[in-house]
Amino acid sequence: MSRPTLLALQVLVAVVCIVLWQVLSTVPVFGKILLPPFFFSNPFDVFSQIVKWFASGVIWKHLGITLAESILAFVIGSLGGVLVGFWFARQPLVAAVFDPYVKMVNALPRVVLAPIFALWLGLGIWSKVALGVTLVFFIVFFNVYQGVKEVSRTVLDNGRMLGMSERQLMQHVYWPSALSWMFSSLHTSVGFAVVGAVVGEYLGSAAGLGYLIQQAEGVFDVAGVFAGMFVLSAFVILIDYGVTLVERRLLVWRPTVDGRG
Amino acid sequence: MTTPTAVALEDAKVAFRLGDGRVYTAVEKAHLAVAQGEFVAIVGPTGCGKSTLLNIAAGLLRPAAGSVKIFDRPLAGLNRDAGYLFQADALFPWKTALDNVSIGLEIKGTPRAEALPRAQKWLTSVGLGAFANRYPHMLSGGQRKRVALAQVLIRDPKILLMDEPFGPLDAQTRQVMGNLLLDLWNADRKAVLFVTHDLEEAIALADRVVIMSAGPSSRIIGDWRVSLPRPRDIFEVRLDKEFHALHREIWSVLKDEVMKGYAQSTQAAEAV
Repeated sequence: MSRPTLLALQVLVAVVCIVLWQVLSTVPVFGKILLPPFFFSNPFDVFSQIVKWFASGVIWKHLGITLAESILAFVIGSLGGVLVGFWFARQPLVAAVFDPYVKMVNALPRVVLAPIFALWLGLGIWSKVALGVTLVFFIVFFNVYQGVKEVSRTVLDNGRMLGMSERQLMQHVYWPSALSWMFSSLHTSVGFAVVGAVVGEYLGSAAGLGYLIQQAEGVFDVAGVFAGMFVLSAFVILIDYGVTLVERRLLVWRPTVDGRG
Repeated sequence: MTTPTAVALEDAKVAFRLGDGRVYTAVEKAHLAVAQGEFVAIVGPTGCGKSTLLNIAAGLLRPAAGSVKIFDRPLAGLNRDAGYLFQADALFPWKTALDNVSIGLEIKGTPRAEALPRAQKWLTSVGLGAFANRYPHMLSGGQRKRVALAQVLIRDPKILLMDEPFGPLDAQTRQVMGNLLLDLWNADRKAVLFVTHDLEEAIALADRVVIMSAGPSSRIIGDWRVSLPRPRDIFEVRLDKEFHALHREIWSVLKDEVMKGYAQSTQAAEAV
């Protein structure tokens, strides 16, 4: 399918949904409005809410805070994941000792940690960053661990026969392999950094997109909730696009999925 | 005239401990000497342990008994005089062809600025001058082998160990690679230990062809000198009368082993 056709169809889906929503929430069908405005609002109100946020400029502050929290969570979580992943993969004993604890913490739904982080770190950005870190850390950790463990035996032997020392093997073989695994999970880990930030804000904060949505919900402002959701989706799509650009730059050496260069 | 012995395996035995505690002897008392400048090919049926023998010469494996001497010195640890060309893809997938070749020098501490032009020269001499910036996945199987060859040769090892290096390639590419190898080898005649299952390839390339019996506990059961004149062209040499006579002679011995090896592998499959 050509690109313009595809794009047209994608836009069509959005248009149909929005028109249906608008019609069903304003025009009675058989004397009854199927989507009561109190529960569903309507696209026009939602849109004007978004416009109001951007026109007045309030939204920028919230976006900025959520973005900052996401970035911090991603950077700290990745750094920790890379270091610990590397350490565990190179020290099987350490990995074996900590294995049950790692599994335990990873199995824990992270939301339950939010109140503790709020207690420890206050209602500012750091409790949200901490929540994001617990999510990002494990994704990166598992991938780096796998990446170091699954270095091809032949490539490793080749490095050795070429005369590489342990340190050089680290630099030229283990490290790139681990990084490639980490980058392949970049979309997931960046996504989780945002999730951590927004959920943290939602559960208790004074600013950010999650706070905005929670505030609107608190006063039954359904239009506000939907507006917050749409801004959030657009925000995530933009970040994801950025990740795709970075990924293309960093993983040039990798064959594409369909096997062509 | 005495030429120094580059690689000497003296009664080398290779054994592995299996999962159930039994010991599997792959190679029994292998005795083999490769002189400096000599091209020796090891031929044997699948699973006869010829690759393990090579790994012992490389120092990647330790013999269970016997000794390995490199230039008359017992081998301890990895064989630093040897370059190893692997059967499987061994290039670093995250490095370009040029970086894959230059790494051999950079490891030794050669500055990158000096290593890169020399790597480019080596890429050119294996016919890939125009492919310096390609990553391994963008190259064909034959091109990857060329890069691997340049990666090994740029370090100028005194001994070349090759484990069915052209095994995964198609028949035509193998012949082209064989000729390339002979051309490069002719320049400075390193000692070569070349493992293959292809008898024709072995005769066409080597000075000596060593035959191994079917495993387990395989032994070296034959050693033929190939006196075909050098420099050789692999396409031409196969038409030579002497080539055919030698091929017939060696094959009469090898055939039995191949059948034995085949029978054993099917029996093993049935037992499982």
